[in-house]
Amino acid sequence: METPRINQERIRKYLEQGKRFDGREFDEFREIIIETGASKKAEGSARVRIGKTEVIVGVKMDVATPYPDSPNKGNLMVTTELLPLSSDRFESGPPSIESIELARIIDRMIRESKFIELEKLCIKEGEKVWNISIDIYSINADGDLLDAAGIGTIAALMNTKIPKYNEETGRVVFGEWTNERLPVKKEVPLSITFHKIGNHFIVDPTQEEEDASETRVTIGSADGVISSMQKGNHVSLSVEELEHILDMSEKVWKHLISKIDKSLK
Amino acid sequence: MRKIVIPGEIIESGESYLPGEGTEKKGEDIVSVKYGLAEESNKLVKVIPLSGVYLPRRGNVVIGKVENITFNGWVVDIGTADGAFLSLSEVPRYIDKNGLDELMGIGDMMIAKIVEINKRGIDLTIKVRGLGKIEEGLIIKINSNKVPRVIGKEGSMISIIKDETKCDITVGQNGLVWIQGATVEDELFAKKAIMFIVENSFVEGLTEEVKKWFEKNKK
Amino acid sequence: MAKKDSEKFERPDGRGVDETRKMSAKVGVIKNADGSAMFSFGDTIAIAAVYGPRKMHPQHMQDMEKGTLRYNYNMLSFSVTERIRPGPSRRSQEISKISQWAIEPVVMIDKFPGNVIDVYVSIIQANASTRCAGINAAALALAHAGIPMKDMVSSVSIGKLDKQLVVDLSKAEEDWEEGEGATDIPITMTGEGKVTHIQLDGKIGTKQLKEAIKLAKKACKDIYEVQKAALKESVDLKE
Repeated sequence: METPRINQERIRKYLEQGKRFDGREFDEFREIIIETGASKKAEGSARVRIGKTEVIVGVKMDVATPYPDSPNKGNLMVTTELLPLSSDRFESGPPSIESIELARIIDRMIRESKFIELEKLCIKEGEKVWNISIDIYSINADGDLLDAAGIGTIAALMNTKIPKYNEETGRVVFGEWTNERLPVKKEVPLSITFHKIGNHFIVDPTQEEEDASETRVTIGSADGVISSMQKGNHVSLSVEELEHILDMSEKVWKHLISKIDKSLK
Repeated sequence: MRKIVIPGEIIESGESYLPGEGTEKKGEDIVSVKYGLAEESNKLVKVIPLSGVYLPRRGNVVIGKVENITFNGWVVDIGTADGAFLSLSEVPRYIDKNGLDELMGIGDMMIAKIVEINKRGIDLTIKVRGLGKIEEGLIIKINSNKVPRVIGKEGSMISIIKDETKCDITVGQNGLVWIQGATVEDELFAKKAIMFIVENSFVEGLTEEVKKWFEKNKK
Repeated sequence: MAKKDSEKFERPDGRGVDETRKMSAKVGVIKNADGSAMFSFGDTIAIAAVYGPRKMHPQHMQDMEKGTLRYNYNMLSFSVTERIRPGPSRRSQEISKISQWAIEPVVMIDKFPGNVIDVYVSIIQANASTRCAGINAAALALAHAGIPMKDMVSSVSIGKLDKQLVVDLSKAEEDWEEGEGATDIPITMTGEGKVTHIQLDGKIGTKQLKEAIKLAKKACKDIYEVQKAALKESVDLKE
């Protein structure tokens, strides 16, 4: 059931007093649990829980021809499935716009931050490169699937081992791995979504808070460098509000990184 | 006897036993058809479900949300597979056929009572005192199977919560609970207390535990 | 199964011929669902969520005499060695239907006319016997959801590797190439011992098939105990 209007009014009223239902600060995330290696057949995988929200992300690699406009770089593809098992709000069938947008936001965050050193994934320029497929699945939806997906993606990529490649046949030896990790940058990009409720901005909404959210802005950044941004939903923001979010984002990134740093290694 | 049983499990065996709710008689055996707590008294064996969706009964007080407005009433979501309906004629005052959404619009919450359950669906009324539109407060959802524990024998448990938190609380049999207090803090405190009961529903002497919990958690 | 042979037969992971892999089961793993469970045979991990009974959409598909049980089986793209493109495949659609038929006989759907019970099963990690793990998880999730059921169902794959019958096929065994190769026989049985699902592909004589079914019956009993424990242990009666 969508959060009742009277609850949303209470959420707004409480925010006016500077408080959230679960006692968190406006810029505080719920408890985050990261488990890497959640699926052994994947090149890399991670299961992430933020509060009761849970996602599982897997990375599969293969060899393919490069995209024509990047003949010496590996290929990257991100897909998302909002599984009906994770919520009664999701239906079986072709990808919803919600899942498509989520995948594309995560894609941009990874791509634009150049987190994966795609130039190191070239086998033969113009002919053969590594293909990276990142697949994100929701397991339980309780708000902020987006940021959970972002953390899951980073954790899975940092956990990814390159499979064995047979140079003679030009094919991957599936099921066998080298000891080489996927080449990634030191600076870890994270997606952080800010939600506007009344006159306030919060991060990591529970489902109730997300239902009360009027508009959201997701910022993908690493250590103060913003590489991607997306505003969603149909309520507008003032320039001051946008600046306020930008000011918050660096601080929140630092908090978040310190919270999950250990689990990512 | 109090034990957890699963579907297909034989609870008791013997001619004299009678199959109550959640059970079936197969030959001499009383077999459970649910995952739940099996209880036997006076040879009647029943299984109380631990989980599962709300099963509506006539006379139940429920909390619901207006999903749609038709020409003669409100379609209400009370969390059941079959829909519930509040007809114009079951409202305590005269409403013009064009004025339905003035009383309650889509998305509004209400406390209602189940008058009848038939093939068409579930018929509700708000004609009785204490029923009607919910103007403000907090709605929380608990598993409907825990409602008896939250209410307590003759309302004893819920009375303790109301007194300690100074909130008005209505527990719908369908698992939706309405809390209204002087401050949002009081309402959240009542919510916490209710969740404590839900999580400890199997504890014997729960009333004492709840009283202790309030001692510990009072500001 | 000649006694002499079974003493010598070596399975890739060293198991006895009638030994299942280590099983693990847990309920309540997906909080949003009305009922949910995880079940694993060794490295094969399945999760299941049940929503319902609830309104059936589209309305014209409602069955007004009894309810509908809908089963959706899918494998996560990275659950296998070579990535599976997301979305339904002919294989997953067939497995969904077979699995629905495997469970429906014990679900009392006549209690939900016009409504639907949705069962969603996802394979997180695959090492063969995925449909069996899925059915075991689904049965747990249905019970956990408080759905009235006449009995539980338990599912296992029996294999024949060359001439040797084995219980609970792993992927390495599914790909067995020696002698007569591998024959794969997934079977589902109720707690009472009735067969609700059986499939076969390979090559086997009638006598051995009957033995395979007997092996399945015993293995299903063991699986039933694991399922029962998962349901009972999830409640702390605090007594």
